[in-house]
Amino acid sequence: MNWGFLLEVILGGLMAGVLYSLVALGFVLIYKASGVFNFAQGAMVLFAALSLVRLMEHMPFLAAFVLTLAIMVLLAIGIERLVLRPLVNQAPIILFMATIGLTYFLDGFGQTIWGSDVYQLNIGMPKEPIIMAESLVNGGILVNKEDLYAALIAAILVAGLALFFQKTATGRALRAVADDHQAAQSVGIPLNRIWVIVWAVSGIVALVAGMVWGSKLGVQFSLSLIALKALPVVILGGFESVPGAIIGGLIIGVGEKLSEVYLGPYVGGGIEYWFAYVLALLFLLVRPEGLFGEKHIDRV
Amino acid sequence: MKMNLRVSAVAALGAAMIISGGAYAQANEQFVPVLVYRTGPYAPNGVPVANGFVDYLKLINARDGGINGVKLTWEECETGYATDRGIECYERLKGKGPTGATAFNPLSTGITYALTEKVGADKIPLFTTGYGRSESKDGSVFKWNFPFMGTYWVAADILVQHVTKKEGGADKMKGKKIALVYHDSPYGKEPIPVLQEHAKRLGFELLTLPVTHPGVEQKATWLQIRQQRPNYVFLWGWGVMNSTAMKEAIAVGYPRSQMFGVWWAGAEPDVLTADDAAKGYNAITLQHGAEKTTVHNEIIKHVHDKGQGTGEKKEIGQVLYNRGMISAMLVVEAVRSAQGKFGKKPLKGEEVRWGAENLKIDAARIKALGMEGMIQPIATSCADHEGAQKARIHSWDGDKWSFTSDWYQADEKVLGPMIAAASKKYAAEKNITPRDCSKE
Amino acid sequence: MLYREAGQFRTTYQADQQLFPIRQDRIAVLLLLAFAFAVVPLFASEYLFRAILIPFLILALTAIGLNLLVGYCGQISLGTGAFMAVGAYAAYNFAIRVPSLNLLLVFVLAGLVATVVGVLFGTPSLRIKGFYLAVATLAAQFFIDWLFARVGWFTNYTPSGSVTAPQLNLFGWTIDSPTEKYWLVLAIVCLIALAAKNLTRSAIGRAWMATRDMDVAAEIIGIRPIYAKLSAFAVSSFFIGIGGALWAFVHLGSWEPLAFDINRSFNLLFMIIIGGLGSILGAFLGAAFITILPLFLNQLPAWLGINVSTATISHMEFMIFGALIVFFLIVEPLGLARLWTIGKEKLRLWPFPH
Repeated sequence: MNWGFLLEVILGGLMAGVLYSLVALGFVLIYKASGVFNFAQGAMVLFAALSLVRLMEHMPFLAAFVLTLAIMVLLAIGIERLVLRPLVNQAPIILFMATIGLTYFLDGFGQTIWGSDVYQLNIGMPKEPIIMAESLVNGGILVNKEDLYAALIAAILVAGLALFFQKTATGRALRAVADDHQAAQSVGIPLNRIWVIVWAVSGIVALVAGMVWGSKLGVQFSLSLIALKALPVVILGGFESVPGAIIGGLIIGVGEKLSEVYLGPYVGGGIEYWFAYVLALLFLLVRPEGLFGEKHIDRV
Repeated sequence: MKMNLRVSAVAALGAAMIISGGAYAQANEQFVPVLVYRTGPYAPNGVPVANGFVDYLKLINARDGGINGVKLTWEECETGYATDRGIECYERLKGKGPTGATAFNPLSTGITYALTEKVGADKIPLFTTGYGRSESKDGSVFKWNFPFMGTYWVAADILVQHVTKKEGGADKMKGKKIALVYHDSPYGKEPIPVLQEHAKRLGFELLTLPVTHPGVEQKATWLQIRQQRPNYVFLWGWGVMNSTAMKEAIAVGYPRSQMFGVWWAGAEPDVLTADDAAKGYNAITLQHGAEKTTVHNEIIKHVHDKGQGTGEKKEIGQVLYNRGMISAMLVVEAVRSAQGKFGKKPLKGEEVRWGAENLKIDAARIKALGMEGMIQPIATSCADHEGAQKARIHSWDGDKWSFTSDWYQADEKVLGPMIAAASKKYAAEKNITPRDCSKE
Repeated sequence: MLYREAGQFRTTYQADQQLFPIRQDRIAVLLLLAFAFAVVPLFASEYLFRAILIPFLILALTAIGLNLLVGYCGQISLGTGAFMAVGAYAAYNFAIRVPSLNLLLVFVLAGLVATVVGVLFGTPSLRIKGFYLAVATLAAQFFIDWLFARVGWFTNYTPSGSVTAPQLNLFGWTIDSPTEKYWLVLAIVCLIALAAKNLTRSAIGRAWMATRDMDVAAEIIGIRPIYAKLSAFAVSSFFIGIGGALWAFVHLGSWEPLAFDINRSFNLLFMIIIGGLGSILGAFLGAAFITILPLFLNQLPAWLGINVSTATISHMEFMIFGALIVFFLIVEPLGLARLWTIGKEKLRLWPFPH
């Protein structure tokens, strides 16, 4: 057994996992505050990344970033007004469906105004790998700097979100809404505004995810398909848990890389895609509400 | 309820229009269906191909007034790279125009497979320039398929020839390792039999590493490459998978100069987003690369400068644009060749098929087409629907593609028996009696 | 005025419980069937058959299967495409390996194989609920896609992994013209719709609905959840498997796992939600809506004589499609079938609603 390589695979998995967590966070935020399983998160990632990259053609990065933020907030307001408000009190599956409609709309809308080509997004992420601990293991341990930066960005984002949730009045209101809609409303928390805020925050998360992924893959339609890689993370971690999204992401990342590298060759390879889901499924069989999800007690 | 009525009225109108199909006046026109994908995960690659195709058709109309006076008409249909959508497009377009569809270019291996089952009944040829089923070269069984200018088997064979030459001879290949990183679909799997055959013959080891569609996550694949350290990596990707592979290659420190892509993994969108990561990367070409010759100037002069350009001007001369343009050229030349036998009038698919089977594009004709230096002579026959099995390698230097090898000719000794066996198996499955090519 | 049930007295339980208790409904359904079987083939073009009617019917059949699971039993599944694929590849293997097998038997066997796989992947539903289950069914989707791409035996070792359906042959009758295919599909769809409708009216259907409405309550009144949920998975997968076999054999002719990818699963889910959860009619309406709308939107500019680029049309198609889904959900969350019912209720009273 090549321990250096094993370590490399695990590290690679952790890095990939962080990137999944970035997308998964967006799902969790919205589910937590409004009980909506927002399938459009992937489309929002694409839309945000497309906006950013096309705006950067005309202005410096910071200006484009701020403008994209504004666009995502506007989008959140629009979604709340046009989609969520008329559908208030509908069954979860109806809201889920509505977000699928939203996905189609955003995919088409984004490509109509921003184009459907591949756009190169350069935010100064380093590309070269670094090799560590060469004296300890044969060949050293290869770490991808770009992934390290991405992990750092994700960590900052999560810390920021945690601060926002724990320390600000809005954050407290958000948590109150997440706990109990009706109780929150009865103490005077405006639900509509909270929803706008939550969608805006997840829009920002989408922007960061789109930035990191876009710098990795180039900004193009495929970014929206990354949502599918984040889904097992969400169910493994639990729909309502921010730490769950992070830890779930790490577990899925490591699990799928290990499976592909060590099991894949025996069965022809290409297994990581479904392995992530099966892994999540196995966890669910033990804990049906995910690792950190809230336990629901069914009452008649 | 009002809304309900209105919706049903619109639906009824739509249904009526779908049913009525279309009555077309007889005209001196040749209808070319254009299957494209301008949306979805593969749009960045699909768009330039479509633009090149349509620009060339526009050129023929604008410069020559059609093919010998027969005007070209066309209609695009969006497939989104999905097989069922492709079938719908086929059904929608096959009967249009005074003589029906000229020939279909499905631009997707999946759609090619599905249409192969349908074109025979409708008597419309299926042109798959640089893709499709490799065994469909055998025209005695695949009467309606034309995998012009090279199949994936040709690509795999020539890539092996190239690395063998680089290594310094067949005897040096023993014990070497080649990894095939492929799109996990019929497209990606096509080259495997040929590579396995070569691995057996030359004694190198073949690793096959599938990447699940769309290929945005390949870390595990490239970690395996880092561990196994193959001497060469062949990349059989499409769309985002290619640029991701480039990035992951640099992330594990695999030298790009030892990576060789198929011709669908060797165009501008594949390398541009990867930035410096792609420098030194090689790909086999479908004869042409990213060059600009006379025909491009003509397109600029007759089409783009008149404000008729399909896409952006900067696309002209790019690899995928050229691919689309050459695909359209082959349609036009097939019609021209058929007109020589059946007369200068709009032709049926069946007649175009004869033209495609008796296509002779020699050096003089290539010069007349304004494609000198881009392509090699093509000559098809009943037994050979491919017409040419030549290719060369080009490399990306960070700004542009340039050729880095001479022409190679695919090894008929290896491919011939494989094609014969595969087409025989297909014929047996489908109860097709192969045509006797000596009598054609 | 014509649609009135005054004077129709039901004197037996049997008469009261029949499928269409109102005489006008019975006549309308018979007329519709006669129209579909006899009149449509008289005027329909090849395009209408191959590109619209056949895919519509097959998808409607599959949507019925899915609706039994999602609409009647309340178990959300995103693995429909995979179960279709199981049906398609099972049918392929039966047809290739036992060429003497009757075509209908091939389809039934394909459905049975899909049933087994469906029950297998349905077992987590006993423990996992709601969206967790929905995402868990994606495990089936990706695993089965991979399985058919990787294991050569399923595709009879074709090098590319793409397989071709053999010629359709039923009791010596070669089915190759679009009309014949249409009849075959229509007949199967009618049979299955009838079977599904009756299933939902039987004890098992009521057990499903009780489980959907509240599984704990259902358990308390004596419905075994394991029985109700797994039977829903079984029956639904059976129909979906047949749908997949038809889709592959009759519509596509040649296919690869990508033809049954996750988009197909979502597509079918749209159909039943737009059409109406828990309604057989809804499956048909939804299938019609989702199949025809994109084609309609796609061709609309050409009919109106507006010159728009293909890319713009496709993007607009996405946007309008998405917007319409949201719009329909807002206007009528219970789907087109509900609109139909409302229409019928109104019509019974029309023109004197008071």
